[in-house]
Amino acid sequence: MKQQRMLIHGVILGVFCLGFALILAVTDRFTVKDIAARALEDRLNSLSQVIPDSIHNNNLVADAIAMKDGQGNEITVYRATREGKVTGLAYEIFGSGYAGKMKLMLGVDAEGKVLGVRVLAHKETPGLGDKIETKKGDWILRFNDLSLGNPPVEKWKVKKDGGQFDQFAGATITPRGVVRAIREGLEFFAANKAQMMDLAAPKAPMKEAH
Amino acid sequence: MTTQYKTIVKDGLWDNNGVLAMLLGMCPAMAMTTSATNGLGMGLATAAVMAASSLLVSTFRSRITQEVRIPVYILIVAAMVTLVDLCMNAWMHELYKVLGLFIPLIVSNCLPLARLEAFAAKEPVLPSLMDGMFMGLGFTVALTIIGAVREITGAGTLFADASLLLGPAFKFMEMQLMSPDKGVLMMILPPGGFLVTGLLVVVKRMIDVRAGKAIQMGGAHSAA
Repeated sequence: MKQQRMLIHGVILGVFCLGFALILAVTDRFTVKDIAARALEDRLNSLSQVIPDSIHNNNLVADAIAMKDGQGNEITVYRATREGKVTGLAYEIFGSGYAGKMKLMLGVDAEGKVLGVRVLAHKETPGLGDKIETKKGDWILRFNDLSLGNPPVEKWKVKKDGGQFDQFAGATITPRGVVRAIREGLEFFAANKAQMMDLAAPKAPMKEAH
Repeated sequence: MTTQYKTIVKDGLWDNNGVLAMLLGMCPAMAMTTSATNGLGMGLATAAVMAASSLLVSTFRSRITQEVRIPVYILIVAAMVTLVDLCMNAWMHELYKVLGLFIPLIVSNCLPLARLEAFAAKEPVLPSLMDGMFMGLGFTVALTIIGAVREITGAGTLFADASLLLGPAFKFMEMQLMSPDKGVLMMILPPGGFLVTGLLVVVKRMIDVRAGKAIQMGGAHSAA
């Protein structure tokens, strides 16, 4: 008898699981296309902030390639082209901040000059480290038009470390991480320029952006 | 409205308020209340999940046996949360960008589970739906007040970004009360959440004592 009752409980739980799995599967079916479209919109939106529309006439996401960055992260390199030539690149760079990893999007032109940098995700202290967001300040805009030679590599540091970039009052680690991430991002471009500019390179598979 | 429904409404919003009386759902109450808008959004999402799961549990209450009730409740809450998560991501994307990270947190909130166990498992469908809804709204009110206090003292604003949550028509709610540099940073950080929640619990009890009510001690007891 006892075993039979246990079976009944199992069946009840199983039926509920099956029922809700079905409901979720149907919901997923209905929302999956819209969710992918929203993710793509977000991606194009953040890309358009680091690659000006005026320098390309292609779909940045369609001409992307997959690469491994200096730290071994799989990254997608989005490429801007105009008249069959690569005019700009955008890719994610990572820095370590005060409270973990920071994710940024770096845009460079064909000569390795910064077109723009934006913070995509971070966990820095509100009111101190979050001035790296464009919403909270224009600090991040000072990197526009700079490159590895301008200023010289040894000046790609915050002022406290003998470089040329301002830190924030009360927060040095965050800007230090950002400056370093951008420097490494530019070095990555310098080291892999040939592959990144090669339009014949295999395209990255279109995948859902996160 | 019959007395039973009156009690349910009063319980949810004040007497047995999830945060201020029962001290349940502390995780989102601390993590999501850095601004009044965040508190409001999190509260409304929780209220929707609570109403839906109370309705379901009450509907199936005779089929759910005592032995498997807890896994079934968790299953129902988790399924509702996933449903809200998917729909919001697809059709309310701006709002999702503000709240998205915190929607899954509703599963770990013990307030829905407590209400299912204490109320929806025993009561008919309509009162259960009301209970879920008003417990959720009480939660929303508490989170919005905590968020408002923290936002005003910490950042000097009130209902910042409310138009993202409620639509452009609500732009008028966004207020800048003082310069952000004057804000006390700690109020936005986790300690501020504990301080404000604690003070609000005290305020609620003082009002209850003034009104001559017996203080209900914390716990998931249902007054129904």
